[in-house]
Amino acid sequence: MSAVGKLIREPWDELGLSESKAFALQRSGATFGIWVFIASEVLFFGAIFLLYAAMRIEHADAFAAAARETNIVYGTLNTAILLTSGLTASVASRAAEHDGLRRLTLWCLAATAALGLAFLVVKGLEYREDIEKHLVPGPRFALAQAPAQLFFGFYWLSTGVHAIHLSIGIGLVGRLIGKGLRDHEWLVGNAQVEIALLYWGFVDVVWIFLYPALYLAGRAG
Amino acid sequence: MSSGATADATTLANPRELPLELPASYLADGRTLLSWLATTDHKRIAILYAVVITFFFFVGGIAATLVRLELFTPQADLVGSDTYNKLFSLHGIVMVWFFLIPSIPTTMGNFLLPLMIGARDLAFPKLNLVSWYLNLGGGLLTLAAVLAGGIDTGWTFYVPYSTTFSNSFVTLAVLGVLVSGFSTIATGVNFIATVHYLRAPGMTWFRLPLFVWAMYTTSLIFVLATPVLAVTLTLVVAERSFGLPIFDPARGGDPILFQHLFWFYSHPAVYIMVLPAMGVISEVITCYARRRIFGYSFMVYALVAIAMIGFFTWGHHMFTSGMSPYAALVFSFLSFIVAVPSAIKVFNWTATLYRGQIGFESPMLYALGFLGLFTVGGLTGLFLASVPIDVHVQDTYFVVAHFHYIMVGASVSAYFAGLHFWWPKITGRMYPEAWARFAAILMFFGFNLTFFPQFIAGYLGMPRRYHVYPPEFQVWNVLSSAGAAVLAAAYLMPLGYLTWSVFFGSRAPNDPWNASGLEWRTTSPPPRQNFFGNPEVLAQPYNYHPESTPPIKDQPRVPSQGSLT
Repeated sequence: MSAVGKLIREPWDELGLSESKAFALQRSGATFGIWVFIASEVLFFGAIFLLYAAMRIEHADAFAAAARETNIVYGTLNTAILLTSGLTASVASRAAEHDGLRRLTLWCLAATAALGLAFLVVKGLEYREDIEKHLVPGPRFALAQAPAQLFFGFYWLSTGVHAIHLSIGIGLVGRLIGKGLRDHEWLVGNAQVEIALLYWGFVDVVWIFLYPALYLAGRAG
Repeated sequence: MSSGATADATTLANPRELPLELPASYLADGRTLLSWLATTDHKRIAILYAVVITFFFFVGGIAATLVRLELFTPQADLVGSDTYNKLFSLHGIVMVWFFLIPSIPTTMGNFLLPLMIGARDLAFPKLNLVSWYLNLGGGLLTLAAVLAGGIDTGWTFYVPYSTTFSNSFVTLAVLGVLVSGFSTIATGVNFIATVHYLRAPGMTWFRLPLFVWAMYTTSLIFVLATPVLAVTLTLVVAERSFGLPIFDPARGGDPILFQHLFWFYSHPAVYIMVLPAMGVISEVITCYARRRIFGYSFMVYALVAIAMIGFFTWGHHMFTSGMSPYAALVFSFLSFIVAVPSAIKVFNWTATLYRGQIGFESPMLYALGFLGLFTVGGLTGLFLASVPIDVHVQDTYFVVAHFHYIMVGASVSAYFAGLHFWWPKITGRMYPEAWARFAAILMFFGFNLTFFPQFIAGYLGMPRRYHVYPPEFQVWNVLSSAGAAVLAAAYLMPLGYLTWSVFFGSRAPNDPWNASGLEWRTTSPPPRQNFFGNPEVLAQPYNYHPESTPPIKDQPRVPSQGSLT
């Protein structure tokens, strides 16, 4: 069986199509599937941002005061890291379509995963500082205004959910690297590369919305 | 290839006489437990789902039975207040999330969607299996909450009671629902991709059977509404278990925000329950009336319209929660608007019956029951969509009766209609028709006896969720509890005779009802690959006789012979 043939799964292998056609159809079906899933995720994070908007309108002052307590250095650094990972992810996605670019694909995938891990490390440092500054909602909370606790409730929840998504992304990219190293032909044109990296791009985009909401809201104007 | 009967060679042969060397049916393709638990066959996964949801149906049913027993008298004599709260919560949570939402899509949808469009399987068979495990895992988590001591918030998990005050096992139950939500999202993605990519040659969008359209529109709601539920439940867990304030009024949080988010999912969830039912009814009514569906394209548009408008009516659950009168007006208006496509469907089914050769086989009895019960449920929904009446009957048994007419009267009737209609295809066996008709009639009678009195009790002011009530409501409650006993018997009967038929029923022919769908153009039960050769679609669905011409002949509905397995 050819390299392409090995990658065709049920039920795409039984459509009575030629191997290359079945492979292309499977690929576009799989990509379509991940777009539908991303639409679902948009509603998930959409609800989270709706929550933010509603709470911020109700408690504008407390939100501004609370948002000034976040660490903009860590936040900005993380934004830069994640956007760079978006670049390497896109390069990997394109490079994977070409036979001769296997090494570039693997390096870009590795860089993507490494940048993702770096993001989590910086986030961890930031969390430690937040805990030391008593920014965890509860009786020992640092700020006097009660609604400021809502902001930090949102902060912990949204960054936590985002970090879970990112960790899943790192796992997916790590899996691509592992499979790609073992089997030389596995990466070429494989829909799984594009799927994992589309998901990665989505997680990036969520952060682009979280960054101003969490770090810039209190500092603008 | 002259007549319909001889064109299909498989209906003629007795496999013991003619070695046709046909592949084994999906049921015979592996006998070990692992061949079931690790299968990627959509048909086997449908059976796995059926086992799980049948279990949960009876768990929820037992809770309902206890509730109805307690309500037999105005005093508390069977259970105390706490237990009563846990019983109706258990009933609601299990029935909504572990029976009604997955019921038709994951069983009949899984089994029939690929067959109806001429595909070999769903687009992502492994994902399909994963979603069954997620569904099972979610169910077990919720069951664990019940065994640990129960949950008393009601199925809606309203804050701040669920986050701050309840001393029951809220987190565990909420996590269970959350996990099962991932399962439905996965199913939705799978169905949508399948319909887009795996239709057989010639199966254009406007040749799809209405059941497929119903699955497609339901999947859209799965994909676009369930994530909002996931967020809402995550927030409840975050606030309850990790102390992150989101809805806590003491710190400026807004419990009404929870209700908006919750109903943004849970109103479309009603359409998750009823759109698949509409799909089943369209298949059954056309077959037993021997008629093309009346207004096929409007039936499609109506499904799409219900799915879309259904996203914008959630506020009608919150008229008394506190909202601006303008918002209430808009939500009320939109709730009336969503009744229009529903009415189109009811009228079109009725018009389909007109001049049909109607047979009263058991699936048709269920389907006709659906028509009446759905109409009553829908019309009382219009009462509740009008703000003044809603304020009057809010949180009374009127509301309880209304949504049971939709969710049990309509959806469960359709579930049983579909179960009986496709049972020969799924199992390869015929069930005892007389028993099935008796159960269908008993179910209709028991249902109305149970829930119609609740309209009256509710209108007179009996509140829901109380087990001690003023004695003047007792007559309605006694009627209702008596009906529940009838209903329980009617639900147990199919469990008995359908199980019996699997072992002792006569072999089913490939197309026992002379139905027109592609799923009948293969053996009963189908092989792992679904079809012999590659199906190709040449005509519109529901190829029964057109309105202007009489049927060519009275075709026998149950040919005497012919199964290949």
